Amino acid sequence: MLSRFFKDFQGDVVAIPGRLIALIFFVLLFLIPTFTQQPYILRMLIFTNMFVIFAVSWDFVSGYTGQLNFGHALFFGVAAYASAMLNRGAPLGPHWPIWATIPIGALAAVVAGVAMCLPALRLRGPYLALVTLAFPLILLGVIFANTQFTGGELGISGIDRISDSRITDYYISVVVMLVSIFIMWKLTDAQSGLVRTGIILHAIREDEIAARASGINTIRYKLFAFAVGGFFAGIAGAMYAHFLRIAGPSSLDLTLSFQAIIWTVFGGIVSIYGAVVGVYILYPLTESLRFISQFRMLIFAGIVILILLFMPEGIAVWIRDKIERQCPRCKLTNVSWRHTCRACSTDLY
Amino acid sequence: MIEGIIVQTLVKGSVYALLALGFALIFGVARVLQLSHTAFYMLAAFGIYTFADLLGLSPVVSIILSIVITTGLGLLVYKLFIDRVREHHVTVMLITLAVAMVFQELMFIFFTGQYRSAPAFVTGYWEILGVKVAFQNMLVFVGAGVVLLITWALLSKTRLGIAIRATAQDTEIANLMGINVSMILFTVMGIAAALAAVAGVLVAPTLILEPRMLWPPFVMVMAMITLGGLGSVKGAVVGAFILALVEVLVVFLLPTGAFLKGAFALVVMVIVLIVRPEGLFGVVFEEERL
Repeated sequence: MLSRFFKDFQGDVVAIPGRLIALIFFVLLFLIPTFTQQPYILRMLIFTNMFVIFAVSWDFVSGYTGQLNFGHALFFGVAAYASAMLNRGAPLGPHWPIWATIPIGALAAVVAGVAMCLPALRLRGPYLALVTLAFPLILLGVIFANTQFTGGELGISGIDRISDSRITDYYISVVVMLVSIFIMWKLTDAQSGLVRTGIILHAIREDEIAARASGINTIRYKLFAFAVGGFFAGIAGAMYAHFLRIAGPSSLDLTLSFQAIIWTVFGGIVSIYGAVVGVYILYPLTESLRFISQFRMLIFAGIVILILLFMPEGIAVWIRDKIERQCPRCKLTNVSWRHTCRACSTDLY
Repeated sequence: MIEGIIVQTLVKGSVYALLALGFALIFGVARVLQLSHTAFYMLAAFGIYTFADLLGLSPVVSIILSIVITTGLGLLVYKLFIDRVREHHVTVMLITLAVAMVFQELMFIFFTGQYRSAPAFVTGYWEILGVKVAFQNMLVFVGAGVVLLITWALLSKTRLGIAIRATAQDTEIANLMGINVSMILFTVMGIAAALAAVAGVLVAPTLILEPRMLWPPFVMVMAMITLGGLGSVKGAVVGAFILALVEVLVVFLLPTGAFLKGAFALVVMVIVLIVRPEGLFGVVFEEERL
């Protein structure tokens, strides 16, 4: 087991530009507080990390299974509300500490994910998109109608912070983000020798009927995808609520669901790193456009339209195809400016 | 109370029917979800506000101007954005959503988020069965009814209508029979945008106008066309009236109904999709079935 685990991670890092960039990026993330401790920048990066988890979990649910989920904010909002209600305590039982509320919030999102998956098992394409679109909006109506528990428009405020200092918050968000995307990346890695889910999810997305004919219980794997995606989106939602110290109706909003999709499609769907790149480009960009706030969403929507028209695969995949090239003989990934393969010295052109 | 419910249902239902009909036409013919549909409704309502209130034009002129401009914008959106990515359903959904956001933000920039209202075309009311029905509401009902009849006649009696229905049934065969499919899609997009514009124009004086007004009917229209069966024109109209009734009943009978009206409509939609995914009148396409 342990040797298989290590074998899974044997591979070149420095020779493949995409992995090298990822490594440098992760190291930089840990070093950022040594360059700047400006609260504004750290706050923006903390939000970026949480939305990375959220967008990657959308990619996991929808990109990999082909089940187009238009209501991903359901998981985010359910976890935010669940953890905030437990943490606040007052009308419903005791006060719960923060290390308990975040996992419980995420588990509540798993329950929501499985509940949402039950209709998803029967539907596909636009039909599924419509059903998933409906769930967060139904919940939003319920929240507005029961103001004594949920606070209605104002939400639940005054819950605990994650930690007392912003730098600790930052490191917690970075570590949680890295662990989450690492787990999801491994679960979807088709070449992994450790877990089989990656190749099975790829098979379901490519051709569900063929996958079923090969003896894969596709229903079980779709449930699995919704549960895992719901769990990580829930972690993002609960952490977001505790960082802002408020769980409000905006965490169930239609725009949040669509933003997850837009970030992922911008970066590159069906590739975990695409969602990471998408959030790390788009979220700080839209945040820094705050000084012209009335044009912010306009510019955002404009960028999305241009990317969809001219780079339909997403920007991360587009760049990867520019800098990497697969050897036609041994299928090894090479830097695209090499003329011969680094292992078998076949001509690459 | 029952009279009030009936009148409200007829007025709301006819507006929803106009919106849902256009949406169903596009889905039926091109098999894409065109999510910027209710943005055209919002644009037309703001058109009425601009022409009738700000510029002081006569109602008839401002109605015609708003409908023509909105339809033109719809055709432009189709040519520039939808036509190029028509085959990719997810891309169409995302791009039309982004287009809706662009329109909403543009309206925010031009008109700010302030609540506005447009002047009524006609004032006064009749008492029918003890309920005061404003002439404006009757105009909505009659106008929507006339437009629905015209659309029905267009679809069932003319050569263009036959071509549209043929394309909806099977795009490739329609193409082989000499129908210019991309021209048909272009026309359908124009008809749908015009229908949304008519809906927006008719209800503009009865609503509070603000750029976010496109989202409540957006959700309702989704629920309606699902209930009627995606792509079915008859189903869209029937679904519109059923859900208008549900909405009005919830608002009339429940204390917190105003918050829950959308939720109830969506619950109906989810139940329909689970129990009978093809809706009331829908056609099942084999490749879309699991």
